[in-house]
This record gives sequence, C-alpha cells and structure tokens, in this order.
Amino acid sequence: MAALLEAIELTRYFDMGRKQRVHAVEQLSLSIAEKEIVGLVGESGSGKSTLGKTIVGLLDKTSGSVKFRGETLPQKYAPADFQRLATKMQMIFQDPYSSLNPRMTVGEIIAEGLRLHSDKKAPEIKETVADWLLKVGLQANHMSRYPHEFSGGQRQRIGIARAMILGPEFVVCDEPISALDVSVQAQVINLLRELKETMGLTLLFIAHDLSMVRYVSDRMAVMYLGSLVEIGKADEVYFDPRHPYTEILIGSNPEPDPELERSRPSTAIQGEIPSPVNVPEGCRFASRCPRVMEVCQHTTPELLPLKDVDRQVACHLYT
Amino acid sequence: MSQVAVNLQKSPTLLEVKNLAVEFDTYGGTVQAVRGVNFTIEQGKTLAIVGESGCGKSVTVQAMMGLIPMPPGRITSGSARLRGVEVLGRNTIDGREIRGAEIGMIFQDPMTSLNPTMTIGDQIAEPLQVHRGYSHRRAFDEAIQLLELSKIPEAAKRARQYPFEYSGGMLQRAMIAMAIACKPSILIADEPTTALDVTIQAQILDLLNDLQQETGMAIILITHDLGVVARMADEVAVMYAGKIVEHGSVDDIFYRSAHPYMLGLRAAMPTNDPSLQHELQPIAGSPPDLFSPPPGCGYCARCPYAMQVCGSAHPEDYFVGETHFSRCWLHHPDSTLKPDELYFGNMD
Repeated sequence: MAALLEAIELTRYFDMGRKQRVHAVEQLSLSIAEKEIVGLVGESGSGKSTLGKTIVGLLDKTSGSVKFRGETLPQKYAPADFQRLATKMQMIFQDPYSSLNPRMTVGEIIAEGLRLHSDKKAPEIKETVADWLLKVGLQANHMSRYPHEFSGGQRQRIGIARAMILGPEFVVCDEPISALDVSVQAQVINLLRELKETMGLTLLFIAHDLSMVRYVSDRMAVMYLGSLVEIGKADEVYFDPRHPYTEILIGSNPEPDPELERSRPSTAIQGEIPSPVNVPEGCRFASRCPRVMEVCQHTTPELLPLKDVDRQVACHLYT
Repeated sequence: MSQVAVNLQKSPTLLEVKNLAVEFDTYGGTVQAVRGVNFTIEQGKTLAIVGESGCGKSVTVQAMMGLIPMPPGRITSGSARLRGVEVLGRNTIDGREIRGAEIGMIFQDPMTSLNPTMTIGDQIAEPLQVHRGYSHRRAFDEAIQLLELSKIPEAAKRARQYPFEYSGGMLQRAMIAMAIACKPSILIADEPTTALDVTIQAQILDLLNDLQQETGMAIILITHDLGVVARMADEVAVMYAGKIVEHGSVDDIFYRSAHPYMLGLRAAMPTNDPSLQHELQPIAGSPPDLFSPPPGCGYCARCPYAMQVCGSAHPEDYFVGETHFSRCWLHHPDSTLKPDELYFGNMD
C-alpha cells in the first residue's frame, strides 16, 4: 500500500505568552494509505482537531512535515498553496451551526469552491451544485435557502457537499456526527461510506464515539496529549486493546447492552487529562496510568510495533 | 415544615405523573411540546427517559420542577404527585419547597448552569440556607462535605474557587453536590454527561450510582445515549414527538424492543459484536412538526410498518409484557404483523 498522506514528526505548539506553551501535537508520525479510513480517537484536549487542521494546512506546522503523494507540503501555506491544494484536500467541520456562513445561501456556500477552483461557467456550476444537493439527500431547490432553515443533520450534509464538490482525494472529518441524533448519525455515516466507495476517498475520521469509529474505520489511532499511543486495525484495537489508555477508553465507553454493562466492572479512571501546557518528561499518561512503572516517569516511550499482533503501541510495558 | 414534608409517607411509588401536557406560544404558533405523558417512579430506582432532540423529554421534567417560563409556556393538563402531593402548577416561589428540597436537578451544561460570580461553596450552601435555614457558616461547612462526597479533591480549597477554575467534569460534580445538598428523594439528571468525555462520563455515572446506593434516592435520567441507558437504568421510557411510545424494564427495551421507533434506533447504531456486521439503517425523515401534530401516531411518517389506521387515529398503550407496553397499532390485539422480524429476525 502506497501512503497517500504522511505526517512525519509533525509538531504544533501554541504560544500563550509568559513562556507558556501548549504542546498540542508533538512529534507525531502517521501515514494513511490510499482509500483508507483512519479513525482518530482521544479525549478532548488530546490534540485531535489540531492534528487534522495542521495536516490540511489550516494551521502552520511548528516543525515536522506532511507529505501528500510524495510531495512535501509547505510549512506555512501561502494563498497560492491553498488554491492549489484545495482541490485535493478538504475538511468537514464538527459544528454544523458555526461552520456555514449564515449570510450566504446554501447554493453560494456549496458553489464557492467550484467558483474559485474551476473555470466552469455559472450555469454549469449551478447544475453541479444541484447534483450534489441530490447526492447528499437534499433537494435542488434548497439552493436558494439559508443555513438557518435546515436541521443539524441537513447542515452537516451541506458541509459534506461543500467539501466533496471539488472531488478531493483526502478529507479530514472532524467529529462530523457528534452534534447529531442517533437516527441522523447513521444517515451521515452511510453517506460518507457511499462517497468513499464512489469517489475513492481517503478519510481521517476524528470522533469520540468509539463504537462508531470502529464501525467506520479500517484502522484506529488513539491519541493522548498530542501523541499517538496506539494504532492498528480498528476491530483489533477495539476488541484487544494493548495500551493501558486505550483499554480504559474502551472500557469507559458504555454499550447499548444492559447485560454486558451489568457484568463488567467499572473501569472509570481517576483524574482528568492534564493540561498540555509545558508537558513534563516521560510518558504523558504516567500520571493516570494504573500500571505505571518507574521508567515511565522519565523516559518517553516510542511508538513501536508489537511482536504478536499487527499493532504499534507507545508503552514501556512492551519494550 | 412544609406541606410536602408532612405528607412523607412510606410508599413504593414516589412520583406519579399522569397525562402531562405542555404547550408553548411562539410567533409561529403554538408548539405542543409534551402531549400526554404518564409514568411512575419508585424509591431507589433509576428511570431513563430517552428520545431525540425536540421530543419533549427535557420539557417534561422542567414542568415538574416548575421551570417552565409561563408565559409563553403553559401546562394544559396533567398532574404530578410526589408521595401524593401535587407538585404541578406551583409558581416559582411556592415551588421552592419541592424544588431543591425534594427534587434535585442537574443540567447538561454545568458551565452555563452555575453562577460565574459566586464561589462554588456559596452556590452549594445556598439551597441549605434557603430550605434548611442554616447559617451561612454552617451551610458552607456542609458544602465542603458535599464536595468531598462528590469526590472532589481538596474540597476545602475548591469550595472557595469560582466556576471558571473548574474543569467540565469537576463542575458536573459540583452540580451534583448542589443537587443533593438537601437530600432530595428524586434526582433529575438532564443529559448529565453529554458534554463530557467518555472517561469523565464513566466517573460521573459511577458517582451517581454510589450516591444512589448511599441515599436511596430515585434518579430520573434524561439522555439520548443508549449506552448510558444500558449502564444506568432500571426502567426506560422512550419518548417520541411529545409522547412516551414504549416503556418497560431496561431488558425489555433492549432485548424485547417492541415499538418500531426503538427498533429503528437499534438498527441505526453500530453493534459491538464483531461477528455481526450489519449495515447501519438510518431512520429516514425527521420528527413531525409539533406546531400541528399529526392526527395519528407521531412516528407514522417515518415508520416502515405504517398502516392506514396509523395516520388517522392515536394508538393506545398495548401491553406486550407484564410491565412493558408499546404505543403502536401493531400491538393491538387484532394486529397480525410482528415488527421485529424486519430488523433483526426474532429476538426471543
């Protein structure tokens, strides 16, 4: 499998002044093969969204690089880079309420990409937009309406149409279903899967609903305080987690099965995710880990492949 | 002491809600948010009310707490009796002897439900001063103990801090401490963990379970997360378009789902059984417009089994088990269709 997209030791800091520095993403390497869906999970504050935005260039890289089809992308995007790459990489945002301009009609929102990135004439653009509205399950005459006239699920589909109309190869979906009701989540998920089949998309699917990530993804990556702690086949990571954090995360996920819930012990973890400001040395999970050892306090574990399964884990238990 | 306290008799049924209906006047017309809801809850039990946004689950409990702004809201019918005493229809001031004292409530978003200008300790102390007549000092000391009970470390120091100094999970603990300050017999939790991460959610759910064990209070848990329901609930009421469409024990609801809406929800969620890879089946369409609710069953327009009768007449509650009912024409004694076969094959 050729990697479509590769993040190499990608780092993103935010300076907060007074020598305070948020280590949002630190030395993170991840490669995504063509037509693969990689699910990214982790608690809020673990840097999932920052990683997504840094990969598509919405945030500058502090260090490290991103390669797309072997081409190293610029550290800081100039307008011309956005112009060039927008047709290849797109992003779907979490909040369908704040990510659509309320003063533009849905037609204008979806057409904007085509207007800027193709030499299609207005009538042709209109036709394509109408096509896409149908594809995402809306109607062509919705074009003249404004975002506030739509429900959350419909808006999310407008966001999907906007991202897909340029026929991108790689799309970052930043929690596309978190704001939606269960009955509507399935609509959006099925739409994404269908588009993946018909357009040959590669997706980075960020979410905190572990069951849904397992269902959607080929591989699952678990992130904690700016680093990956485990990555492997989605089903295998879900049913046989190796990193203590993954184990806790999956154990905390309540499943819609009362008998299972009654029979399994509570795995609630003490404490909360520490602040990513001025992170100390050693394993970042050491302060909450139930199996912490002396070595964890001062040496940062590397993400290394396991011997018995096809999996990479960053934990001293396996070194 | 209040009238409620005088009437505190031991009875298994703590709260009985009958035929509750709530409307709101808006510029667009009148929304019938809750259209005849019945349920009871027993001491020490957890009732989960599930349903999607806009189904009226929050309005139902807000009506009991006297939190519906009137106008534009209006309770058009119904009664809610707490140990035999009517709690509906009290306005905000009379409602105080119930709210905070007999029924505690925690909300979805702890950041906006707490007062940013008061310390956490003072906010927890307030209900004790109001309902119990404690002095500020005594109430504040009790607040520290309540924070400890909610497993907040360094409670004495934390009590003097403001909400912005707390994280989301900590704020929800503080809310719980406040809600249980007067040892209520019912705790209403309106989406208590929706804004939290799964790890913090597990902590909060454990805390609620522990507190229920200790105090024997009943919990009404409002949520749309069926995983949380499976973990917490004894009984489940499924709401749709302002009505309870299915009600039963948690096992009834999950293993012997009867109403097509509940069956549809289960088919729309991924199962965590690796051997079973079913396609997610979304429920097409969206809930009905409650400005002018349909004359028949509210779910009719989205229901794969809809019959002619469904569009024109309201179904009754039909018992499909001893304590398990479904409000669906399919379960009418004369109906021959069995709804679960389309989705899962026969579950029994």
